[in-house]
Amino acid sequence: MAKYLLLKHYRGAPAPVNDVPMDQWAPDEVEAHFKFMNDFAARLEDSGEFVDGQALSPDGAWVRSDGEGRPPVTDGPFAETKDLIAGWMVIDVDGYERAVELAGELSAAPGAGGDPIHEWLEVRPFLAHPPTVTD
Amino acid sequence: MDDVELRELVPQVLSVLVRRGADFATAEDAVQEALVRALSAWEDELPSDPLAWLVTVSWRAFVDLARSDAARRDREVRFDTSPPTEVVPSADDTLQLYFLCAHPELTPSSAVALTLRAVGGLTTRQIAQAYLVPESTMAQRISRAKRTVGRAGLDRPGDVRTVMRVLYLVFNEGYSGDVDLAAEAIRLTGQLAATVDDPEVDGLLALMLLHHARRGSRTGADGRIVPLKEQDRGEWNTELIAEGIGILQAALGRDQLGEYQAQAAIASLHADAPRVEDTDWVQIVEWYDELLRFADTPIVRLNRAVAVGEADGAPAGLAALADVDEHIPRRDAVAAHLHEKNGDLELAARLYADAAKNAPNLPERDHQTRQAARLNQMLRQHR
Repeated sequence: MAKYLLLKHYRGAPAPVNDVPMDQWAPDEVEAHFKFMNDFAARLEDSGEFVDGQALSPDGAWVRSDGEGRPPVTDGPFAETKDLIAGWMVIDVDGYERAVELAGELSAAPGAGGDPIHEWLEVRPFLAHPPTVTD
Repeated sequence: MDDVELRELVPQVLSVLVRRGADFATAEDAVQEALVRALSAWEDELPSDPLAWLVTVSWRAFVDLARSDAARRDREVRFDTSPPTEVVPSADDTLQLYFLCAHPELTPSSAVALTLRAVGGLTTRQIAQAYLVPESTMAQRISRAKRTVGRAGLDRPGDVRTVMRVLYLVFNEGYSGDVDLAAEAIRLTGQLAATVDDPEVDGLLALMLLHHARRGSRTGADGRIVPLKEQDRGEWNTELIAEGIGILQAALGRDQLGEYQAQAAIASLHADAPRVEDTDWVQIVEWYDELLRFADTPIVRLNRAVAVGEADGAPAGLAALADVDEHIPRRDAVAAHLHEKNGDLELAARLYADAAKNAPNLPERDHQTRQAARLNQMLRQHR
């Protein structure tokens, strides 16, 4: 098994095919989307492939140390152009192909007009623990 | 004896041990160990005096723990190793234990964890599950908290206000894992109310009962938020409401009003209305004005603006909202609601969309998105 991170972006990813803001969808399209997302997570829990999923607020800032005895420097809230992560799902699957397959399904969540959104998700393998047998 | 009845004995046992000279941190571990033993030893037959049994077993566990600790540190042990013969826990000691766990030197998250363990008798694993953190993290948090308060001892004068804040935090965490934190907060607040003579503690207990009574109707099957006006009032727990109102009325009769009693009064006016249109909004606004005297916070002002909007109409509500800090959570949502009520659907739809963007949790984000989508659809149909 291998762990993968599926990353969803508020900003910074290429534009999805069906790119209409959610508040402009018909109410039943919104419901269909929420249901799809719930069902997707439930299905992965069922199959034993779900590890964790969290959503992030768009708020936040860059922070770095400004030296001893001084408060850290912050830069934020984030400017409009920055790459901005919206949330993630961690999955534990047999391999890269399965991770891509699942990200593809998630990307096809229904959107405006009931059509798939086709949004871009980032799929990133975890750097795993070293194996017991190496030679 | 069920799990809750067993845990009710925890603060009494712990305070007997501490009174007898045990250090708080070790005594607390010893009580937890005795609880685990009680679960299996009592399966077939209850001891005639469960409290005395727990004290004896806890004291033995304490002696063992203290000895091995002393051996490890190459120190002498100086305390009475014979089990206590007399068990006289006092309400005062239980109260001191509450104070200790809500010690002002503790961070809120540490005070919450320590209260749930040392007063509530929950295991570290249960507390970790409830707060969705690893068990090792919670164990560290609790042991650091114990070290902090261990220096304070059981005799310092306490502040019941800090205890109430901790219990309120526990209540607001609601439910996750196999422990119902809201129910646990109610139990601990009830225990506190029985120990201390303070109408504010009764007010807090009433507030919790009145909110708890509506819990089932606040979320739909898929976790969605059901707003107050759409809740099925037939699902509200009338027994809890009656209990909460009874406690509140007795507290108010003592004429020492405070923040929690005022909040409970507002909750009782909602709980008392058989239909949403029966809600006495004028009185609710009056209670918000009282509440402002004790807690003039942006959140109270925000909620007051909603009530004013219902009592005196949307323009009055919007005027009240103008005084509220622009940067507090949910302000957009309240503004959206008041503008919708005022007939400005386009502005309301935009504000609902903003509210969704700034929502502090997912159910609220989904809820505000639904509101925006609903209004935008109406606007499209009227164009």
